[in-house]
Amino acid sequence: MSDIVNVSRRRLLKGTVAGSVVLGLHVGGAHAVFAATVLPHAPSGKAEFAPNVYVAVGPSGEIVLTVHRSEMGTGIRTSLAMVLADELDADWQTVKVVQAQGDAKYGDQNTDGSRSVRQFFQPLREAGGSARQMLITAAAAQWNVAPETCHTDLGHVVHAGSQRRLPYGALVARASRLPVPKRDTLRLKSEAEWRYIGKSLPIIDMDDIVHGRATYGIDVVLPGMTYASIEHPPAYGATLKSVDSAEAMKVPGVLRVVRIPAAPLPAGFRPVGGVAVIATNTWAAVQGRRKLKLDWDAGANGSYDTAAYRRTLEETARQPGKVVRHSGDTHAALQGAAQRVSADYFVPHLAHATMEPLAATASYGKGGVEVWTATQNPQQARTTVAEVLGLPEHAVTINVTLLGGGFGRKSKPDYVAEAAFLSREVGKPVKVTWMREDDLHNDYYHAIAAQHLEGGLDANGKTVAWLHRTVFPSITSTFKPNVVYGAPGELGQGVTDMPYEIANVQCENGAAAAHTRIGWYRSVYNIPHGFAAGSFVDELASAARQDPVEHLLQMLGSPRHVDLQAQGVDYPNYGASIDEYPIDTARHAAVVRAVAQRSGWSSKLPPGHGRGIAVHRSFLSYVAAVAQVKVADDGSVQVVRVDLAVDCGRVINPDRVVAQFEGAVVMALGNTLYSELSFKNGAPEQSNFIDYRVARIDSVPETHVYIVPSNAPPGGVGEPGVPPTSAAICNAIFHATGKRIRALPVNTDLLKRA
Amino acid sequence: MQVTVNGVHHNVDADPNMPLLWAVRDLLGLHGTKFGCGVGACGACTVHLDGVAVRSCVTSLSDAQGKAVTTIEGLSKTGDHPVQRAWKEANVPQCGYCQPGQIMQAASLLKQTPKPSDEQIVEAMSGNICRCGTYQRIKAAIKAAAETA
Repeated sequence: MSDIVNVSRRRLLKGTVAGSVVLGLHVGGAHAVFAATVLPHAPSGKAEFAPNVYVAVGPSGEIVLTVHRSEMGTGIRTSLAMVLADELDADWQTVKVVQAQGDAKYGDQNTDGSRSVRQFFQPLREAGGSARQMLITAAAAQWNVAPETCHTDLGHVVHAGSQRRLPYGALVARASRLPVPKRDTLRLKSEAEWRYIGKSLPIIDMDDIVHGRATYGIDVVLPGMTYASIEHPPAYGATLKSVDSAEAMKVPGVLRVVRIPAAPLPAGFRPVGGVAVIATNTWAAVQGRRKLKLDWDAGANGSYDTAAYRRTLEETARQPGKVVRHSGDTHAALQGAAQRVSADYFVPHLAHATMEPLAATASYGKGGVEVWTATQNPQQARTTVAEVLGLPEHAVTINVTLLGGGFGRKSKPDYVAEAAFLSREVGKPVKVTWMREDDLHNDYYHAIAAQHLEGGLDANGKTVAWLHRTVFPSITSTFKPNVVYGAPGELGQGVTDMPYEIANVQCENGAAAAHTRIGWYRSVYNIPHGFAAGSFVDELASAARQDPVEHLLQMLGSPRHVDLQAQGVDYPNYGASIDEYPIDTARHAAVVRAVAQRSGWSSKLPPGHGRGIAVHRSFLSYVAAVAQVKVADDGSVQVVRVDLAVDCGRVINPDRVVAQFEGAVVMALGNTLYSELSFKNGAPEQSNFIDYRVARIDSVPETHVYIVPSNAPPGGVGEPGVPPTSAAICNAIFHATGKRIRALPVNTDLLKRA
Repeated sequence: MQVTVNGVHHNVDADPNMPLLWAVRDLLGLHGTKFGCGVGACGACTVHLDGVAVRSCVTSLSDAQGKAVTTIEGLSKTGDHPVQRAWKEANVPQCGYCQPGQIMQAASLLKQTPKPSDEQIVEAMSGNICRCGTYQRIKAAIKAAAETA
């Protein structure tokens, strides 16, 4: 819940205007999806009461909004500003957005988990509405009329009876002396009165982007700055035995060679160590790096081999695991079933491969260190820099640029700490730029995963038993030693939250130790789980000889809220209240029906084509996908068309929501058909976009996104499009060829026609 | 080394083997041209050399000698090249990082092939990666720019 205080007389903020009405807004109870299991909480008290988002109205009527969430392509800077401007009844042209620095006073700034709108829609409405109400009260007092007889009109307060109008700017002085209205006295706009919410507005950074003026982390320049390129350890936990930098120092432009200490394992957010070459420009630094002679001790993970590791995971998945959801008697029901189906699924490590490689620029001085960087999590960046440099947090300033993609990688600030450390060592500002090879070789990889599913059908083809066993290295292993089981939040991404109405259900988790850094990547564990569960449901449909859409609706069963607590599940529900955001199978069914209709599910397809469907709830949103594929004689797969039906609750900027789902289809398509990060001798086998394959324009289907109108509270948008799409594509491949794909990326050799 | 970028002649003190990308970014301070892979595999660094799209990360300063280099900052004097207008109209960008490279590639395509077919668009643009997945809108924007140009 949020509390709003008038702080205009207490403090003036950077980027706001003297004499402004400034409303501080604090949002409590906002935790990262993984915060409860992984991250230490900021000391309470400091974070609890400091304001975190500010609305400022200047004397000239300009509106300044401090956005504390990071822009990595979702349009969040625009959407949050729209909400605020709407309730303030501000002229969109006068809204100015200031990006917040990393500071606990803003509350949670970790831009992941698809939750910026979910968490801030209502609080920002209240912030905007409070300011508007104060401006109305100020005008009414000035005119000596009742506030109820006044209204607002695009940056003006109007008294209808006398036709008087005053611009907001003229009311600032008087309004800033008023108490903030209590929440129960706030009159927010009705939906019919919204000007911006629900409208498709272009992103505020559009002009800067198309003209090459937008500033990303890699673009920051400081006076006297030097450039660093870093050779990282060849395996996770490898240690440096010796450095010979003599040849590197001979490269023109090279200034220094600096050793970066390695954090003990698990390294968490801290740098894994390495050797940095500091030079007068990026290219000289890279040339110098090539001349380094380094001798490493590969360490315990130096033999990590994903082919062998896969076999271990699959072996574990064949054995009983730790039970994480249980109802009825699944083993007895499987034994007694008229028909049994079982399948094993595999998903490899994936890399984020953001188009902007990791970059940070730091300047260390007497007062501490100031950093400019593309980060999803500026507060964690601040904490990590403070830890690595042994500074108090108040001596660390994190400025947030635009992000050239994030997908979860840029919420881990190892690269930020590298820049801060190097600036201190060199005594000058330093920009760290990772090469693409550094990025692919030092990612926090999406977890490799093996799964085993079993289903039992009765004589009528109804599924009466469901066993889902999943085995993967947990993200928690990146932060804590000796972790081998998944966290509840990880298992709650497509395993324990299974929505189908089945009498006997058992979900299990097998142990897996990690040998590299594991991290969250767009939609996280919903990637393997959505693929496996979405594929297995289609296998059950085939076993039952039913149309996949009809079967899916039958599996969802009666419209109901799935009660996981009754089945012994520790289910975090993406950090949201299960009462406010239940698992509502009526919403699953609605998107299934919508996508079937929109995709022309029943229409005839040309030879060699197939359609597949899958539905998945993640990040509190419901998405059904229908994919149409064409499989050629040589086994090559072309995804011809993808239709998505989306229920993500209330939508702020429909065009940006559509764009996120279009993009999710592309990322899922890449995950499904092309991408795989494999290890041999402790190191990734892929180094650049030549061998780490991602979706390009030649593989992109005609994509249709249908947003189901909804007044439900906002759900996530950035991630939920990914999970059902892989299963839909692979189900379509089955319906085109009769061959099941149970391992990603798709091996087209299996699809060749003899 | 001498290099002409967006109509301006520069003398830069640099190794002739330095990729044009790093010269433009680090020595000339033009940051619209982006680094993405360093091996010519992603297109983020696309600039024009005498009007034709090249990957500046694998084009050396010496390759650019005596030629006109155009970066996103110099694509049009008024910033309203038909491709830039079409990009805004179709709301193409998400994070935006790859878009200067996409726009430079598209502008080069339309200069050589004013009315490209779908196949020609895909062929010309398949070297430019967008991890946000804006490809569908890129196609639409190129078609729209071809019609208005």
